[in-house]
Amino acid sequence: MARVIVDVMLKPEILDPQGQAIARALPRLGFSGVSAVRQGKRFEVEIEGPADEAALAEVRKMAETLLANTVIEDYDVRVEA
Amino acid sequence: MSAARVGVVTFPGTLDDQDAARAVRLAGAQAVPLWHADHDLKGVDAVFLPGGFSYGDYLRCGAISRFAPLMDELVPAAKAGLPVIGTCNGFQILCEAHLLPGALTRNASLHYVCRDQLVRVEQTATAWTNSFASGQEILLPVKHGEGRYVASDETLAALEAGGHVVFRYVGGNPNGSLNDIAGIRNEAGNVVGLMPHPEHAVEELVGAPSTDGLGFFTSILKNLVNT
Repeated sequence: MARVIVDVMLKPEILDPQGQAIARALPRLGFSGVSAVRQGKRFEVEIEGPADEAALAEVRKMAETLLANTVIEDYDVRVEA
Repeated sequence: MSAARVGVVTFPGTLDDQDAARAVRLAGAQAVPLWHADHDLKGVDAVFLPGGFSYGDYLRCGAISRFAPLMDELVPAAKAGLPVIGTCNGFQILCEAHLLPGALTRNASLHYVCRDQLVRVEQTATAWTNSFASGQEILLPVKHGEGRYVASDETLAALEAGGHVVFRYVGGNPNGSLNDIAGIRNEAGNVVGLMPHPEHAVEELVGAPSTDGLGFFTSILKNLVNT
């Protein structure tokens, strides 16, 4: 058993109004010094076998096919330590 | 002559399929219900992908619907020339399925927008807009939270250069869409997607702001009769 993490973020050039709204809320709550926030998604994929190269390649394919829309999003795949 | 048969797809969470079917019938065609879990287009002459919240908009709007069994049939058929239109969630599904370029993202205002919207018809050379005059302004309801059309600079330039922007918002952009884009077409012109709802603008009796939506359905009928 292993856990593979897939982070999905809007590409930098795509407007993220949700992140902007969060960034605007922070100073009202007393948090200062934040210049920007971008919001994304984190997927925790439990796989049955070890997180070897073949398994990671399969998760990357999942990310490419379903978890991320690569027209507007980037993804990053890593094994949870 | 038998009536043209227009398929109306229902996914779990689709809302506007009954309005779409009614609009098809009002225009004089036969509405054929198509079920997301079937591998069967029932030999229809055209397909309408209605709006709603298919699969609860989980993951991304249209992301799960794209892999429904029916889509396995619809995608190759659309690529082979079957006339297909998607409105609202249907447009989102067409983009997720890569039948149309770009994507629909969260409204810039973060507000769900529900209002009557003036839209300019920029392209009449599609299966779904040939009943309109080029430049004609029509009034249709919009109702969505994720209708902001985005695409890469290259894609956007190609859409504009190729005349593939079919509809543009007039008198205010409800969602922050790039270039005020309300709807686009594919290269061949048989696939059209837009955020506004023609199927909600076919009868004054129900309080529709106009009956301009009927033009979509008369367009497709004209197209089918002529081919």
